[in-house]
Amino acid sequence: MTKLEFVRSGVLVIGLCIMAAQSSAAEIPLAERRSGYDFLSRETRAMQDDDTANPGMLWVLDGEALWRAKAGTAGKVCADCHGDARESMKGVAARYPAFDPARGRPVNLEQRINICRSEQQQAPPFPYESRDLLALTAYIARQSRGMPIEGTADERLKPSVDAGRALFTGRQGQLNLTCAQCHDDNWSQRLAGNLLTQAHPTGYPLYRLEWQTVGSLQRRLRNCLIGMRVEPYAYGAPEYVALETYMMWRARGLPIETPAVRP
Amino acid sequence: MARALINVPAKAKRGEVIAIKTLISHEMETGFRHTTTGVPIPRNIITSFVATYNKEEIFRAVLFPAIAANPFITFYTVATESGTLAFEWTGDNGFSATESATITVE
Amino acid sequence: MQRHDDGRRSRRGILKAAGALAAGCGAAILVRPAWATPASMETAIRNVVGAAAMKPGKVALDIPPLVENGSTVAVSVAVESPMTPTDYVKAIHIFTEKNPQPNVIGIHLGPRAGRATVSTRMRLVDTQKIVAIAEMSDGSFWSDTVEVIITLGACLEDVI
Repeated sequence: MTKLEFVRSGVLVIGLCIMAAQSSAAEIPLAERRSGYDFLSRETRAMQDDDTANPGMLWVLDGEALWRAKAGTAGKVCADCHGDARESMKGVAARYPAFDPARGRPVNLEQRINICRSEQQQAPPFPYESRDLLALTAYIARQSRGMPIEGTADERLKPSVDAGRALFTGRQGQLNLTCAQCHDDNWSQRLAGNLLTQAHPTGYPLYRLEWQTVGSLQRRLRNCLIGMRVEPYAYGAPEYVALETYMMWRARGLPIETPAVRP
Repeated sequence: MARALINVPAKAKRGEVIAIKTLISHEMETGFRHTTTGVPIPRNIITSFVATYNKEEIFRAVLFPAIAANPFITFYTVATESGTLAFEWTGDNGFSATESATITVE
Repeated sequence: MQRHDDGRRSRRGILKAAGALAAGCGAAILVRPAWATPASMETAIRNVVGAAAMKPGKVALDIPPLVENGSTVAVSVAVESPMTPTDYVKAIHIFTEKNPQPNVIGIHLGPRAGRATVSTRMRLVDTQKIVAIAEMSDGSFWSDTVEVIITLGACLEDVI
């Protein structure tokens, strides 16, 4: 039995058990989940594994400088409240997006950083995809490297996980494709010469060879949407946070790899 | 922020051949790309990288647009004496960056 | 059985979509200026080597034969040499056949290098030959050639 047939038969069984009318694909069995790292060539893996050769580390170093830089009218430094990031930020990226009670919805790491900047430091928030925001996010996420993604049952996140699942498994765009068709049903097959991964956000923000720079999960999702011929949502749209919440739940247990390197 | 990441062993034995890894952030815009409206994007690359060991040149490279963004160069040198390794990158539009590292040779 | 029908339909859908995607992405690969040719690589090499003959050997060009993304390809050149003050590698040059410009990097060494090995990351626009040339202290030139296959990413981002 080929791997695809095996996955499909497993999916058939699980599919029959799932009552939801809209799910055209079932999730990958927990034991079969693999990070994008497993799909890399030997050379790209070497680039990620060596901190002295990983281009993403340039952003992590910038982030470390930002952590200790005064910002805003309050003249506060991240370290004033949070101390040494290596201690205080350990495990944070592994449990984001997290529910923000003040806002009544989940926020992702970039949004949390900007909330701190505007509310605590009285500084203007960083624009999405700016070098500063990517650097600080990468630095913070780096402190969780090697730790498993939590994805635990915070009941308050459930509506977001469900909304994300609906986005992931619902048909959209000119090609009427779903994310799940490639990433749940056909991972390890090839699309236009590229190996399809399972699409787990284990290493964000990451250095993408295609971009020649570090980028966020939202940027990568926009690339996917453009490729699928779907009108991409604006940066910071709630759809991205819902998708991220679902994808992190889907990737629960896989270790954080930030800053990862991907083709 | 032009940031560089240098990896030089802190200690070495006299006569030992050591590896030096250098990584600098730079977009290395080739000059061959165009915007979607056909306007050429001007070249902006690092053109030269020089390494010196106690002020004596030990390595020099001339870079062209074919070098990938965030240039990564690894080379070797013989650890002759304790001192400073200095690195300098220069490029288009007056780009200039320097870094240094010290080494103790026993 | 309902599940199986969906699976078959979606697979056909994907194959059709892949065609559309590839065509779409093909159109997005923009207009390029005239690429280098084997002739311009020859000229670039002659500029460095002059009239001397290049002998194959002593140079090992290490580059993966199949590359996921041509924008960052790890390349390493190692040249056999005792690296003594009388017998060492003076320079290492790398050239490409089809990049818009044939030169990649020109490296100048001396006996202080200890080992004539250099690694870097380069860009490759298409499947092509890469040539590495070493110039020795005695004036001789040695070379190595490797052919690399490039696969492009499927979902390219729009430029700017």
